[in-house]
Amino acid sequence: MMRDVMGIINDTDIEHKLKDLTRVRSTAAVPFGGRYRIIDFVLSNMANAGIKNIGILTQSYNRSLLDHVDSGKEWDLLSKRDGLFILPPIFRYDQFTGNLGDVDHYYNHMDYFTRSRQQYVLISSSNVVYNMDFRDIQQCYEEKQADIVLVYKNAVTEENNNFRVLSLLIDNNGRIRDMAASREKKLSPAVALEIAFMKKSLFMQIIDDCIARGYRDFTKDGLIKNLEKYRIFGCEHQGFAAKIDSIHTYYRHSMGLLNPEVWKELFFRHGSIYTKVKDEPPVKYQASAMVSNSLLANGCHIAGTVENSILGRGVTVHPGAVVRDSIIMQKGQIHRGAVVENAILDKDVVITPGKQIRGEKEYPLVVEKQAVI
Amino acid sequence: MYKQECIAMLLAGGQGTRLGILTRKLAKPAVPFGGKYRIIDFTLSNCSNSGIYTVGVLTQYQPLILNSYIGIGSHWDLDKKRGGVTVLPPYVRHDGGHWYLGTANAVYQNIEFVDQYDPEYVLILSGDHIYKMDYSLMLDYHKEKAADATIAVIEVPWEETHRFGIMNTNLDNAIVEFQEKPREAKNNLASMGVYVFNWQLLRKILIEDEMDKSSDHDFGKNLIPRLLEEGKRIYAYPFRHYWKDVGTIESLWQANMDLLHDQPELDLYEKDWKIYSVNPNQPVQFIAPNAQVKKSLVNEGCQIYGSVENSVLFPGVVVGEGSVIKDSVIMSDTVIGKNVTIERAIIGEECTVEDDCIIGQPGEGQEEITVLGENVVTVKAKNIPGGVEINIENCHEFGCCPNGLTKQEVIS
Repeated sequence: MMRDVMGIINDTDIEHKLKDLTRVRSTAAVPFGGRYRIIDFVLSNMANAGIKNIGILTQSYNRSLLDHVDSGKEWDLLSKRDGLFILPPIFRYDQFTGNLGDVDHYYNHMDYFTRSRQQYVLISSSNVVYNMDFRDIQQCYEEKQADIVLVYKNAVTEENNNFRVLSLLIDNNGRIRDMAASREKKLSPAVALEIAFMKKSLFMQIIDDCIARGYRDFTKDGLIKNLEKYRIFGCEHQGFAAKIDSIHTYYRHSMGLLNPEVWKELFFRHGSIYTKVKDEPPVKYQASAMVSNSLLANGCHIAGTVENSILGRGVTVHPGAVVRDSIIMQKGQIHRGAVVENAILDKDVVITPGKQIRGEKEYPLVVEKQAVI
Repeated sequence: MYKQECIAMLLAGGQGTRLGILTRKLAKPAVPFGGKYRIIDFTLSNCSNSGIYTVGVLTQYQPLILNSYIGIGSHWDLDKKRGGVTVLPPYVRHDGGHWYLGTANAVYQNIEFVDQYDPEYVLILSGDHIYKMDYSLMLDYHKEKAADATIAVIEVPWEETHRFGIMNTNLDNAIVEFQEKPREAKNNLASMGVYVFNWQLLRKILIEDEMDKSSDHDFGKNLIPRLLEEGKRIYAYPFRHYWKDVGTIESLWQANMDLLHDQPELDLYEKDWKIYSVNPNQPVQFIAPNAQVKKSLVNEGCQIYGSVENSVLFPGVVVGEGSVIKDSVIMSDTVIGKNVTIERAIIGEECTVEDDCIIGQPGEGQEEITVLGENVVTVKAKNIPGGVEINIENCHEFGCCPNGLTKQEVIS
């Protein structure tokens, strides 16, 4: 078990990549797979690997995330020794210079790193959906006698990303020779998942070096500039991994869960994915319910038709209502005769009787939280 | 200890013999119910929702599962600095000590526990019933009537009065006579096994009852008649909502089926009166493209490829393609293969029903519920006749075998 490793989850990215869904929350706090939030995957992977000390660097819109992770009890992180630490952004008005880079965030919480007793750090971005045995990373680190290990995935299909991906050039020995964050040009099919493993002392040194030179981006300044200086190796994650960085990837990877193989791999492969518990009763299907190819979370009440869709906790589909190819988050209400197609409904959305909401498969319609249509 | 106005003593030691193989390894309050719960969840949630946060749970029969299930009570919000939930098994004392001899004796043996909180009132509850009730309203009623004891009562059909303790009341709801399972009842108000007592009075009467060697040390049979004899003020508190004693296979099955109406009497979805339970961690359920689910309760982690109608499915159940589940209760992590038919059955936890089996086959005995205990494997294309009860001990007689165990392990 990785008891000598501390986990760091970096949720400081403030781009509203998921548009309305991330207007008041970070991507990590966006509901996923009916009953989860995106952060549950990395948090559970860490907990399942035996990591007992986890810090989450948050952005200022963090209420939703904090409410979700709470004391960390669901991940067995409520502990007298170690446990879950929330590291909020620190802004000092006298020296405020716009957006902080992640290096600044790390630097502001240097105390936490210094005081933690673990020797190694595992740093991960907060918006990747995957089920991975993190012990593989440490194994790779030891085998290659690496200074730093980065996890990557070979992207099979050309993903239609709106955002930059970090592509890698890896030599035969597994050492990373080049790295580039680019939208168009890729060095190879290997795409970094923004998960890094190294000694804590090295991590702190890189942060210090960046700060000393006025650098603010850990990946570009701390890693790419140091490819020669440090032995940086790649560790391939061979299973399912989905980086959620746009409405498009969110919708596509959510729908991917309707493939039972993906569902099983993501939720059972190396251990369970934990989440906040809500004490909802089982799903109630009425006599008029017609449900096919769908995922439903507890507390749902179904009297209408649901096809190829993902329903969050406590969603009500009234008689005669139709939900197709859509994602309905917590407590959505679809009233009699309403039709929802190719749409993503944020929490607490009400579709009143007879209303029709339609998006396109390639461009799902997003309805913001608490909207009444 | 801190003084509390009212604490609850929850009787959870019953075996529930009429539940047969379902209570072979666990006490009746721990029997799974409603796709998610155990029977005791209803009483514990009622306590928590009523603001009664000090609960003593009296256990005796097969307490292992119950004890680990209750834990420190955090799932019901009963892990409190002051009070909280305390599991109270019988214990050895300087003069020997003995098992709980009856419901009254169980509380008698824990007088010291109650005294720690120096309560005005004690609520006596049973972990055997399915109902949602606000005990704080009953306590208000008890105070309003300036009663010595108050008993919650419910109207039962006249033809069933012989199964219950019947209260005869005057116009003010004062109880004038108590009949335990009468042949000819004068009234149809049955005791729900929910009592409020003034603690000092109950304490005295428990000690007196303990001295009485002819007593069965039972609340209904001995204590209430004794209080009536002494002319104490005992009131009936009428309860008009859903309440069910799930003491038999038939009634347990029926109570599950009661949940499946479009507007069930017992609403599990009420936001202000949630029924809490230990949540298994399972992903959202998957309903496959050709599956059909109607009039059913289905919990997380289930994978449905076949057809489910009028049934209750606990977490992690798999229903294979072409299978039909009707009027049945399937407990956690049971795997049902392809082209299986199950009708009017209760299937226990972690069973495996292989392809082409028929359980609850129509014919003689089908009006009875078929029961498979936990961990039974029915081999391919087996016909299980209606009305039988199969567990890992007698499964070989029916051509079944235990899950993952060799025969030898079962015998030892």
